[in-house]
Amino acid sequence: MNQPASSYTRTAILLHWLVAIALVGAFSVGLYMHELPLSPWKLKIYSWHKWAGVTIFLLVLARLAWRATHRPPAAPAGMPAWQDKAAQAVHLLLYALMVAIPLSGWLMSSAKGFQTVYFGVLPLPDLLQKDAALGETLQRIHMLLNFTMAALVAGHAGAAVKHHLIDRDDVLSRMLPFLRKP
Amino acid sequence: MNKLHQLFGLAAAAAIAAPAAHAAEFNQVAPEKSAVAFVFKQMNVPIDGSFKRFKGTLSFDPARPAAGKAEIEIDLASLDAGSSEANEEAAGKLWFNTKSFPTARFVSTSVKALGGNRYEVAGKMTIKGKALDAVMPATFRQDGANGVFEGSFILKRADYAIGEGMWADFGTVANEVQVKFRLVATAAARK
Repeated sequence: MNQPASSYTRTAILLHWLVAIALVGAFSVGLYMHELPLSPWKLKIYSWHKWAGVTIFLLVLARLAWRATHRPPAAPAGMPAWQDKAAQAVHLLLYALMVAIPLSGWLMSSAKGFQTVYFGVLPLPDLLQKDAALGETLQRIHMLLNFTMAALVAGHAGAAVKHHLIDRDDVLSRMLPFLRKP
Repeated sequence: MNKLHQLFGLAAAAAIAAPAAHAAEFNQVAPEKSAVAFVFKQMNVPIDGSFKRFKGTLSFDPARPAAGKAEIEIDLASLDAGSSEANEEAAGKLWFNTKSFPTARFVSTSVKALGGNRYEVAGKMTIKGKALDAVMPATFRQDGANGVFEGSFILKRADYAIGEGMWADFGTVANEVQVKFRLVATAAARK
């Protein structure tokens, strides 16, 4: 592979923000929907949430493929080694969660007896038999993974802002090119 | 020699006649071996459901299918629509309103042989106070001492006002519900 670039590729930037927006949306919808009383609206929003989850999963696969073949820019010179390590660890965990969360949702849906039919057209196989207790367990896992990711995303975004405002380096602007100083 | 021939002849005749003699009438529905299930679609997702309690009387002689009769009564409180949330909702006023209409009933009015082991059963279906004509295909096969009737048909839920108000629209829960039945009846006691 080549030397680290000074910026992310446009594809990497696009995928990052697409996934970021979709994750915030699906997370918010998930928080909102789970206590709704049964109604057509609830059935609709659950389906939309599942379709969003499948879409995010596919986008994340694309991101992983892109990431594996395109080296991201190195950390700014002079950044303490522990920060570099911490950043890498958080990125790794975020990727793992972005894969695990849609999978846990899909498995939960199967265990609860509701097949996922992508956009109402493409039925995904049920990897688990219907099992109410397992469905409850997977629901707790899905929630736990999501709150873990929310905390990591907050740290990830907070660190990026800190780099921009306090360290005044290019960590945020290379993912948000319009912030770049001329 | 002649006597022996006669004996063989009798035995052969008995062997040929045997199946006809076995074409008994079936009428005792065995609920533990029978099943009434359905598949409905919400947001195009197929959901399996079933009725745990039902009773029925059948009168069917494969040799005289046109004289066949069937009556099935389903205890709607035994409905399983796939989740506890759905079960509660289905019992409510907008769906089956089981407080006012605790049972669904089908009473046959005619049985037509379609050839082979296939039959067409017509009758009155009563759900939620609405009695409508219904026609469904059924197959019959003899399984040991049992007669097994199987079939499936499409029930349009709107015909019986199953799912009113906010559920009346088919955008989330489809109108067409596939109903599947398997009724196992034992041979009637010989008189």
